[in-house]
Amino acid sequence: MTDRRLAWLFVLPAVGLVALVAIFPLGWTLWESLHLHDLRMPWRGRPFVGLENYLELLGDPRFRDAMLHTLLFAAVSVSLELALGLAVALGLDRAFRGRGIVRAAVLLPWAIPTVVAALLWRFMFESQAGIVNAALVSTGVVEEPVVWFVRAATAWVPVVLADVWKATPFVALLLLAGLQGIDRSLYEAAAVDGASRWWQLRHVTLPLLKPTILVALVFRTLDAFRVFDLIYVMTGGGPGTSTEPIALYTFDALLQNLRFGYGAALSVVVFLVTFTLALIYIRWLGAGESR
Amino acid sequence: MASITLDRVDKTYPNGYVAAHDLSLEVADGELLVLVGPSGSGKSTILRLIAGLEPVTGGRILIGGTDVTALPPQRRDLAMVFQSYALYPHMTVRENMAFGLRVRKTAAPDIERRVGAAAGALGLEPLLDRKPAQLSGGQRQRVALGRAMVREPQAFLLDEPLSNLDARLRVETRLELASLHQRLGSTMVYVTHDQVEAMTLGDRVAVLDRGVLQQVAPPMELYRRPANRFVAGFIGSPGMNFLERDGTVLGIRPQDVGLLPADARGDDTLPATVRIVEPLGSEQVVHLALTDGAPLVAVAPPMPPVAAGTSLAVRLPTEALHRFDARSGERLEV
Amino acid sequence: MRRLGLVALVLAALFPFYWAIVASLTPEAVLFARPSLWPSALTLEHWRALFGERAFWLPIRNSLVVAGATTLLCVSIGTLAAYALARLEFRGRGAILGFILAVTMFPQISIVSPLYLLLRELRLIDTYPGLVLPYITFAMPLTVWLLVGFFRQLPRDLEEAALVDGATRWQTFTRIVLPLAAPGLATTAILTFIYCWNEFLFALSFTLGPERQTVPVAIALFRGQYQVPWGQILAATVVATLPVAALVLVFQRRIVQGLTAGAVKG
Repeated sequence: MTDRRLAWLFVLPAVGLVALVAIFPLGWTLWESLHLHDLRMPWRGRPFVGLENYLELLGDPRFRDAMLHTLLFAAVSVSLELALGLAVALGLDRAFRGRGIVRAAVLLPWAIPTVVAALLWRFMFESQAGIVNAALVSTGVVEEPVVWFVRAATAWVPVVLADVWKATPFVALLLLAGLQGIDRSLYEAAAVDGASRWWQLRHVTLPLLKPTILVALVFRTLDAFRVFDLIYVMTGGGPGTSTEPIALYTFDALLQNLRFGYGAALSVVVFLVTFTLALIYIRWLGAGESR
Repeated sequence: MASITLDRVDKTYPNGYVAAHDLSLEVADGELLVLVGPSGSGKSTILRLIAGLEPVTGGRILIGGTDVTALPPQRRDLAMVFQSYALYPHMTVRENMAFGLRVRKTAAPDIERRVGAAAGALGLEPLLDRKPAQLSGGQRQRVALGRAMVREPQAFLLDEPLSNLDARLRVETRLELASLHQRLGSTMVYVTHDQVEAMTLGDRVAVLDRGVLQQVAPPMELYRRPANRFVAGFIGSPGMNFLERDGTVLGIRPQDVGLLPADARGDDTLPATVRIVEPLGSEQVVHLALTDGAPLVAVAPPMPPVAAGTSLAVRLPTEALHRFDARSGERLEV
Repeated sequence: MRRLGLVALVLAALFPFYWAIVASLTPEAVLFARPSLWPSALTLEHWRALFGERAFWLPIRNSLVVAGATTLLCVSIGTLAAYALARLEFRGRGAILGFILAVTMFPQISIVSPLYLLLRELRLIDTYPGLVLPYITFAMPLTVWLLVGFFRQLPRDLEEAALVDGATRWQTFTRIVLPLAAPGLATTAILTFIYCWNEFLFALSFTLGPERQTVPVAIALFRGQYQVPWGQILAATVVATLPVAALVLVFQRRIVQGLTAGAVKG
């Protein structure tokens, strides 16, 4: 058995399965998005309507809002996660006693279901039983407990905090691995030359960390764009649809409103945006790394 | 034991890099042939081509007269000692040595006997139940050798087996390898960048430069009659001196350069100044400059000591001169 | 200074859990009246109800089965694929690697409805296979991606030595590569299990009732008669966290290695 034949034998089951459960449905979604398919109006059948769903989508204010929400959420969360993650990584960079415990503790938020994280933070920001309100009131920052989830502006706070709390460990670990790949002697040389810690950070650490930062950026942005679990559980997209991200709107269209055709079009848009972002990043990454 | 033949072998990589070009080489049954050359000369690649770890892009490879060019490594019945030794870390020394035989379903008592014999020959008996991580560099090297010996292959391939050892161990192991070869009478292809190893171990030495074979000959012939400028400069330490004179390159080994007082005269004598002297105890390496500034290296007996800055004359005896064509580098016969 | 920062970090990471444990042990009335950091009264009422009326054993069982089965399936099939992609030369290798990477970036929402229709056709809605199958869409690429990283880290010349020694590719794979990659396989299994355990959207869409709902879905859908049963919910979150916490505590070094090995090299 030649290497080539063996390779295909090895690869086919995995690739075949993935193609079946991922590619096939994706193709179906694309096809479906070109049809009118509303299960609330079954008498209309399933006629081919070309790009009509997409045109409707472009004029749909709820869609525009959802995209806006998603973009802002992604921008804010990812920036915070990168900044905090870097700080944590720098803090963990030296070996110290109890490092394993600290690492395990820091990993825990990342490892739990997003649903659990959402519930924990939702509870902490509860108006009556929430510890956050209790702290704010007892320290005199506010007089009355804040009803966080009744207004979009305040509802975003716990949502973003929960996401940052959950995702920063991953970013921190990634950056830590990158930090540990930097040759110590570079810092030593800089120190001997009289460079301050700050200077070392700016001119030695950050440039060499750039590839890792980029990887973290890719993963986090893609995840933030696809956010669903967190918001479904924390706010349900509300109040109204004011915190609704694009994935939740799609879910709503598909499984609540049973507008399969339109929902499929939304799905395709989500997919295209995600994919384009991924491609841009990969190109950026590929160009940045020396081959 | 069998002979190995490379018949007009080419190896070009997909990115255009040429590792071997139109290479033809015969390794006789029972011979130890050394492949030597600077890094990037293609010597390790050739070894891998013989082993079958990489396919040739042109030409044939024969082992014992049989064309093995299309055969995968596991069917070529060769044994290889890797530069990093490549010992299986999760197996004991015994299991490492037995692996090749177990994989071919050799009977257990045979395996026992052969492993025992090889271990005995290399002094590995006390180490048989240890894992590679518990061995020193020299011990690992011997296990790698033992693993190859146990197979009783048609030929041995050795890829820079001494380069990971420290200097003293290297000399010791070199001698062991030489006596092993004598005892076993095995065909060996030995790759190294160290020309001292090449000269002392090889029955014949093949010098390579960028994938092209420069010369194949017994060590002394390489030293005395190098086929071109590259071989002349590569073999011998300190390296041969080269001087250009009307379209010819003259070569003379530092050991053949005579040092005379400054007022000496003769057809083969030139004035020179001493730049640096490196006293080595058994000899002095004297770095000189001729009147036109061209450098010359001479090796002189340790006494009398030569001082830097002295003016001297150097004698380049005609019979010790090598002549090469300035453009092609080929040896010119007088 | 650094020490202070680290303590703050650990506190920030663990505080929500601490709070959940305390709250789950606090009687309803106290909870809504006067939340405080230190528990004043303790009760096991919520915990009892969780496993009594709510029968929380069911979702736990379901999650274990689904995550376990998916992990087993993906790791066994994925190992073969990963070895071929990491070590064997064949045309299309780059394309397949790219394909795998691309699928990891699929938004799940984009394939929910066709999967739903497919599963309905196959009568697999609200069944175990009906979850394992969709889970393959993210578990298999993840598994393959991680394992390729691990296989690539093994020194090439060990496999070459085995080949020259006379072993076939299969023998090399089973006798040399697999034993040496075992830690990597374990890490991959752990990470895959965690991802499956945490999955929400598919479990929400493809199950109908408590018989097959997994832990994240069960918790999210807790409904009280009059108000949100926070005590029970928080108790449930503690239960949902325990297995993952145990895995993380024991295997944290491995997990970190696995995450970064696959990711840092891109």
